[in-house]
Amino acid sequence: MSLLWLRFALACYLIGLIYAFVALSRTSDLFSRIALHAASLGMVFHFVSLVELFLSGQVVWGSVHNGESLLAFLSMTFFMVIYAIYHTTSPGVAVFPVVFFLTFVAAVDQQPVLLTSFVSHKGWLVAHIILIFTGYAALVLSFGASLLYLVQERRLKSKKPANLISFLPALEVIDQIGYRSLLLGFPFMTLGLLTGTILAATTYGRVDFLDPVFLLSLLMWAVYMLMVFTRWNSGWRGRRAAVLATCAFIAAVVAWAANYFSTIHRFAAS
Amino acid sequence: MRFQLIGVNHKSAPLDVRERLAIPESRLPDTCRDLTAHPGIEEGMVISTCNRVELVTHTVNGHADLRGFLHRQFQLKPEELDPHLYEFRETDAVRHIFRVASSLDSMVVGEAQILGQVKEAYATARAVGAVHGQLDQLFTRAFAVAKRVRTETEVGSSSVSIASVAVELAKKIFGTLEGKTVFVVGAGKMSELAARHLMAHGCSSIFVSNRTYDRAVGLAHKFNGQAIKFDDLYDSCDRADIVITSTGSPHAIFRREHGEQFLSRRKNRPMFFIDIAVPRDVSPEMAKLDGIFTYDIDDLQQAVSSHVADRRKEAERAEAIIASEVENFKNRFEARIHTLDVVPTIVSLQDHLETIRQAEIDRVRGRLGKLSPEQEVAVEALTRGIINKVMHTPITTLKTAAKEAEVTTIVDVVRRLFNLQASEKKTHSKTHSDDLSS
Repeated sequence: MSLLWLRFALACYLIGLIYAFVALSRTSDLFSRIALHAASLGMVFHFVSLVELFLSGQVVWGSVHNGESLLAFLSMTFFMVIYAIYHTTSPGVAVFPVVFFLTFVAAVDQQPVLLTSFVSHKGWLVAHIILIFTGYAALVLSFGASLLYLVQERRLKSKKPANLISFLPALEVIDQIGYRSLLLGFPFMTLGLLTGTILAATTYGRVDFLDPVFLLSLLMWAVYMLMVFTRWNSGWRGRRAAVLATCAFIAAVVAWAANYFSTIHRFAAS
Repeated sequence: MRFQLIGVNHKSAPLDVRERLAIPESRLPDTCRDLTAHPGIEEGMVISTCNRVELVTHTVNGHADLRGFLHRQFQLKPEELDPHLYEFRETDAVRHIFRVASSLDSMVVGEAQILGQVKEAYATARAVGAVHGQLDQLFTRAFAVAKRVRTETEVGSSSVSIASVAVELAKKIFGTLEGKTVFVVGAGKMSELAARHLMAHGCSSIFVSNRTYDRAVGLAHKFNGQAIKFDDLYDSCDRADIVITSTGSPHAIFRREHGEQFLSRRKNRPMFFIDIAVPRDVSPEMAKLDGIFTYDIDDLQQAVSSHVADRRKEAERAEAIIASEVENFKNRFEARIHTLDVVPTIVSLQDHLETIRQAEIDRVRGRLGKLSPEQEVAVEALTRGIINKVMHTPITTLKTAAKEAEVTTIVDVVRRLFNLQASEKKTHSKTHSDDLSS
């Protein structure tokens, strides 16, 4: 039943995905509203799916697919918080495709990758997952904002009158969305990685520093920290900030993909 | 529709003529009263703005002497005034009012001020009782049409002046302008206008720098700002988010290295340069820096022209809306007027048949003897039923005819068939004699 609700959510997120593609080429207030309502409805289905999964007692904390579903939900929550503050759906251009992809993977393939050996440290595992996913969600939003910043900056610099009528919010608003997401996400990501490391150390008695997930997560965290530092110290925005955000995002995606190859996350199942 | 309108506007009359016709707000109520007191005028209203003076009336026969009113009211000779006047009647007057309220007849098409001005004129005329029936309907509809035009087209959505485009751009960069700082370099008229717009939209502080320091002080004083010596320009400029520059310098005064310094000191927070100088004050190289946004006079003018063209396109759509609204108004108005024409006939018919019914009941009551309450009710229901059935077809025909041209003929036929004039006279004289005897 939980999977059914997730698939309903996926159908709603599909509208968001279409909006993301349409919004790149033209502005439509009506479609923006439709996408927002569809995304809200999708979140309701998604929430029901997660709650049902939790209440059924079948929740598999070590399942990558359950994790993807949770990450998608957290990203949508971030998006809605941003909408509540800034009244703009434009970060959806970046958030909706990521959320759709994560939900899609979680909804079509429910063969979990089990991390059964973590069962004895369930509390740590839950903390690790929630912290790191919140960090990921903030990173997705920050990445989206930096791309939107570039688009808006280019539009303004092109000086074409048609570009002045844009669905994007003001440059400083986009900048604030990106920076606040970054600031919010960084402590979560840091604590998430720390709990993960402690969890791995207590479970296996050692930390495999050469594991791809560990290395890539460390790389992602380093870029994340660099972004926060350069922004705080020198106010990096625009192209340079976008390059860093893209690097962090790619590192995050690769680190996520590495779950499928990692000895840390796959150890028990293998 | 006996609407009649006369007036002058920015297209038909030069400013000196419009000035002589302008009516101060304090005199508007009296002018409305004078207008309605003029022969042949039932209702009247005066719209007086800096771009137009118009008398809008509903007349007794559609041919009131409005020109004569203007000549007398403003002490102007016909040869002085008449060449500049335009006059509209009936549907054309309705169309004109709809266009004026929707800002399609304005100097800057789509500007929002005119609707407020027309509403004020309407409120004034209504307050003195100069507008009560037909003009009330006309203007209520005109306001609805103006709202529809605003909602369904984008005729008033884009900026059409250099200063307003500059504000729009600044908002695209900074979002809100609350708390932003403006730096005016070169104290010219254009800069002053742009600065005034920016301050009106929320910018909180202003610096002014000019080669002649006294002029900088003068302009800064106007905005309650701070004058900066021209030599200190580069040290202070980074304090501003928006720089309006219009010096007479033959070379660019803001170059790439200045931009880099500003950004470094501002921790890369963006800066917006409005360069209205010719030759330009900001070098194109500086505009390439991330975080520096420069719009020169050509860029701003291009945006204005584009917006004007957009408004023109939208105005065409608005004209189509107005054409359909005029048609709807005309149909509804005529239907209502004709319905009003047939209502007295229907009432007379009902009265006439009710009189016959009552008379017949009284006549046979003696022969029927004493009736029980149930029988009374049955007789009442029977006679009323017959009357209603008899009246049904003539009343339906009259109501249908109200929407058609031959309504007058049909009303006449019905009145003759039922001899309504005679019965009305009878009723009238009866009422009159009752009044006298009482």
